Amino acid sequence: MFDDFFIRALVAGLGVAFVTGPLGCFVVWRRLSYFGDTLAHSALLGVTLAYSLELNIAFSVFIISSLIALILIQLQKRTNLPGDALLGLLAHSSLAVGLVVIGFLTFIRFDIMGLLFGDILAVTTDDLLIIWIGGALILLVLKLIWKPLFASTVNYELAEAEGLNPDRAKAIFTILMAAIIAISIKMVGLLLITGMLIIPAAMARNISDSPQKMVIYSIIGGLLSVVIGLFSSLEFNTSSGPSIIAASLFLFILSLLNIKQSIKLKN
Amino acid sequence: MSSNNNLLVKLNNAGYHHNDKWLVKGVSLSVEKGKIVTLIGPNGSGKSTTAKIALGIYKKIDGEVEKYTNKVGYVPQKISIDWTLPLRVHDFMLLTENLKDEAINEALSLTGVIHLKDKNLGNLSGGEFQRVLLARAISKKPELLVLDEPVQGVDFTGEIALYELIKKISDELNCGILLISHDLHTVMSATDYVVCLNGHVCCSGSPIDVAKNNEYKALFGEQASQILSRYEHKHDHVHTNEGEIKKN
Repeated sequence: MFDDFFIRALVAGLGVAFVTGPLGCFVVWRRLSYFGDTLAHSALLGVTLAYSLELNIAFSVFIISSLIALILIQLQKRTNLPGDALLGLLAHSSLAVGLVVIGFLTFIRFDIMGLLFGDILAVTTDDLLIIWIGGALILLVLKLIWKPLFASTVNYELAEAEGLNPDRAKAIFTILMAAIIAISIKMVGLLLITGMLIIPAAMARNISDSPQKMVIYSIIGGLLSVVIGLFSSLEFNTSSGPSIIAASLFLFILSLLNIKQSIKLKN
Repeated sequence: MSSNNNLLVKLNNAGYHHNDKWLVKGVSLSVEKGKIVTLIGPNGSGKSTTAKIALGIYKKIDGEVEKYTNKVGYVPQKISIDWTLPLRVHDFMLLTENLKDEAINEALSLTGVIHLKDKNLGNLSGGEFQRVLLARAISKKPELLVLDEPVQGVDFTGEIALYELIKKISDELNCGILLISHDLHTVMSATDYVVCLNGHVCCSGSPIDVAKNNEYKALFGEQASQILSRYEHKHDHVHTNEGEIKKN
């Protein structure tokens, strides 16, 4: 059944969407979209490392992204630069270094477009295993840290005062972010992963009145985006990543109609 | 007060500084089960800072904090909630504790906001939100309640009712309360111990003792001293040297 490249891509994309749904909600709530971008950009460095040392791509992307996250935390503590400047610094320098390294690896044929925007043809059966097992692990850990993470997202001091250890939850969440980027890079590509995290969650925000509903709608939105996006990418012969993101944008625009209605109601 | 099972939190010469400025220094106090300890003092005297030291929110502190309970309810003075979160009162009640529906309803009824249960938190008025904050803090039946200006923005009749509720909770749950308030009138009638802060502990003791204290008079004026003394007759117990309460 998984012989067909399209079925593989579909199964992989759905697996990714299950994980980006809830994580994306936290990215929106905690205003972490640029942080997600930075981790994703650094993924290129991870990919080049994987090729030169013959490592698994997901594994080396995970290592490099976690490392960048650690460096960011250290820089925040040691410099007076604002957070967005540090994020931009890390994002673009790691992207640049990644591209420079690719230039040296002349003996390997790189599909740069595939790396940047995702490539459904590249998804192998091994990737499916990584996505579904890795994804299940990410969701399990997220479930375990949900309470402290959510409470500290609402108010850090309340969570700390009432003994929930928000700092630990935040550190674990950072690792989960690196992990989702690692497992989804082949599907969506590193320039568009943050879109996969944010757009379905933003769509869900427009139509939900509780955090649980937002998570569920965000997952559904992600799944629909993958299905619509992949079918249209097959139909129009477009890259998988942009097609999925465009589909999620379409759903977001639909969700705006709901806002319009509720504003009318209030008046 | 040594080797006391009723002890919930104890500050020993505690202080906190930020950007080379001491916010508060040399505070020693303890909160025991069933007691209400009130912090008073002018703006910027370190009341909220002291509460945060007691709660363990500030980690790099001077001196020592000993905390003997993890069942804590906290009503912060200022709370900024990000409205990118779709959050109803009901969700907010479950923030730090998995509560049964009855417990949520009971707490919301006690503070008079049960009708707001399904409302979005962002649509509440200041006073309503304050009542929800208090309901959330008491709903988990904490051993230690830290209330930082819990009735700010609440209407006058509500204010009195909520202070009565706080006193009742302290009696019924036998929990210790660390209270911060500006309202000397309403608070003093129920308080067991007053700590008057002004960057340091300027004086402390029972409300009557504090009222008689010259430093307190200098800080708050003669009139404030009379407010405290007026509640003298309401005390139906005395405190022995061991910290026990003796009914008259």
